[in-house]
Amino acid sequence: MTVPLASYLLVALILFCIGLYGALTKRNAVIVMLSMELMLNAVNINLVAFAKFGAFANLTGQIFSLFSITLAAAEVAVGLAILISLYRNRRTVNVDEMDLLKR
Amino acid sequence: MMSSAWLIPLLPLAAFLLLVAFGRQLKESSAYIGILATLAAFVLALGTFFERFAAGAENYYFAFQWLTFGEKVIDMGFEVNQLNAMMLVIVTFVSLLVHIYSKGYMHGDERFPVFYSYLALFTFSMLGLVISPNLLQVYIFWELVGVCSFLLVGFYFYKPEAKAAAKKAFIVTRIGDVGLFIGISLIFWYTGSFNFADIFTALQNGVMESWQITLVGILIFIGAVGKSGQFPLHTWLPDAMEGPTPVSALIHAATMVAAGVYLVAVMFPLYQASVDASLVVAYIGGFTAIFAASIGLTQRDIKRVLAYSTVSQLGYMMLALGMASVAGYVAGTFHLMTHAFFKALLFLAAGSVIHAVHTQDIFEMGGLFKKMRITGTVFLIGCLSIAGIFPFAGYWSKEEILGAVYNEGHLGLFAVGVIAAFFTAFYMFRLFFATFTGESADDTKKVHESPLVMTVPMILLAVLAVVAGFINTPGNPILGHWLTEGMAGAEEAHHAPFWISIVATLVSLFGIFLAWLMYGKKSVARDVIAAPFPWLYQLSYRKYYIDELYDNVIVRPLRVFGEFLTMVDVYIIDGLVKLVGAFTKELGHAGARVQNGQIQTYGVIAFLGIVLLVIGLTFGRGYLG
Repeated sequence: MTVPLASYLLVALILFCIGLYGALTKRNAVIVMLSMELMLNAVNINLVAFAKFGAFANLTGQIFSLFSITLAAAEVAVGLAILISLYRNRRTVNVDEMDLLKR
Repeated sequence: MMSSAWLIPLLPLAAFLLLVAFGRQLKESSAYIGILATLAAFVLALGTFFERFAAGAENYYFAFQWLTFGEKVIDMGFEVNQLNAMMLVIVTFVSLLVHIYSKGYMHGDERFPVFYSYLALFTFSMLGLVISPNLLQVYIFWELVGVCSFLLVGFYFYKPEAKAAAKKAFIVTRIGDVGLFIGISLIFWYTGSFNFADIFTALQNGVMESWQITLVGILIFIGAVGKSGQFPLHTWLPDAMEGPTPVSALIHAATMVAAGVYLVAVMFPLYQASVDASLVVAYIGGFTAIFAASIGLTQRDIKRVLAYSTVSQLGYMMLALGMASVAGYVAGTFHLMTHAFFKALLFLAAGSVIHAVHTQDIFEMGGLFKKMRITGTVFLIGCLSIAGIFPFAGYWSKEEILGAVYNEGHLGLFAVGVIAAFFTAFYMFRLFFATFTGESADDTKKVHESPLVMTVPMILLAVLAVVAGFINTPGNPILGHWLTEGMAGAEEAHHAPFWISIVATLVSLFGIFLAWLMYGKKSVARDVIAAPFPWLYQLSYRKYYIDELYDNVIVRPLRVFGEFLTMVDVYIIDGLVKLVGAFTKELGHAGARVQNGQIQTYGVIAFLGIVLLVIGLTFGRGYLG
């Protein structure tokens, strides 16, 4: 029994939406970064699914997803560094309170 | 001289302009400009009059085209006919005397030049009205005269009563003016012209149906009712006494209020053509005559009594004109002339008294004859004239009126006229005896005669109040024949029976005698009628409660309606406008909430934007298939 392509894409979509919701509504910056990881993982699932079932089924999709994971890791490192420096400056990780752009 | 009659109104207009420009520097010398202008106008008017009066003279008419719509043309110009010429002399003469008198009366007033400028403007307006050859021009000057009356009555504008009186005068006459305007428009519609000559030709040719003639006649008379203070639009005249006394003499005795009578006289062929309209004129005139006289019986303010007297005498004039007979026409216009003289005289004399004793209540005066002989004498002459005693001017004109009424068979109106004559004699001599005879109510006040500049005009008017009647006696009706030259039915009008003059004189003498008993000799109690019938006295003293009636029935509901409309304006109309503003403001607030500097908000907006874009592209001509 094969799982159709649509299921993989749907799972990825649901994951992406959950990640998007978290990124846009959670107050704690760490959770926001977590949600962003979720979104990146969803994209990875999409890539692997198309590597198997897509129009031009190729191994390139899986290789691409490896690159994506690497980049995500690097990005998290930088993001956490920014977060710690923000915390040291403002004593809070509440994204609601970071509204200097308002001026 | 007749061809330069157009200069007559322009001289006072020039005085007005000069006074407006230079009055403040001139101060009390402004009187000379006004006096000079009216003197020149008077001389010109005399010249015009004598030229027209000469045997074989013709009417003079000049007009130029002012507006044209299609084939209809409206002219502006002037004409001189018998009635005009007489009115020109009356208006310029009384105006001249009032100008001279005011130099003394208004001496010391801060707004002296303003007063003279208003007087000049008024004289211009009245003279312009009198020489107008068509109804539209008459209406223009009619409104101008109303404006001047407003300005002059409200001259002491810092007094709330004067302000209210000025507004009342203007608004009440405006009600009449609406009727006049509708009448003028209807005439233009029916006959195609505003010109008197054209209208009368159209009347003769039977262009208008009889109901149309009646309607127009009544509407034009409504205008006259407003301006001449006939019932029910009489309420403004007594209140207009808030203005300075020279104003009362000029406007509310001799000239402006005569404009209504003048209008009816000018449109006389219209009233001759409609029995119903002239009956309306006659009945309202007759009723007003007795109604106003009955109010004048109890008033205490010297100027109010004279004001009600004016209303009553104007009623007599309307009564005469309403007879629609040649005799009535002559009687009405003759009385207009004599009334102008003796009423102006009475007002000027009253002003002289007020100037001296600083009160207007006749029961605070008394014994003034010894201290103010000239004023007292001329006032007596005025009273005798208005009461219709032989051989003063009022006798001849009043007798003509009563005779004309009797000859047309209106016995009810004739009785009304006789009773009103009794009232007239009574209240005028009540005024005289209370003011000038007896003991002074307050001996400590120093009272002295008025200066020459005030007494000379009064003396001149007194002379006229004595002799002016002789130009139209039944044995030698010079004025009558001249006025009605060329008028339909101007053949030898039958004279009234002689007993009428006897009855009228007896009635007046009885009125004088009763007034003497009550106020001169004081042998009959003042309240001989008031005590047993207090309600009668109250009705008369409170002016039959007409002012209160109008206040409750018309003014208050209108005011409530006005408040209601204000609510509509404030809440509904302004509300709608404010709604638009509020909506925009809320939109702005919503937009401001988006700009809060938080990344997550911006992220939401960006996401929404992408969604909208994708939807748009999918359902547009995007990546479908």
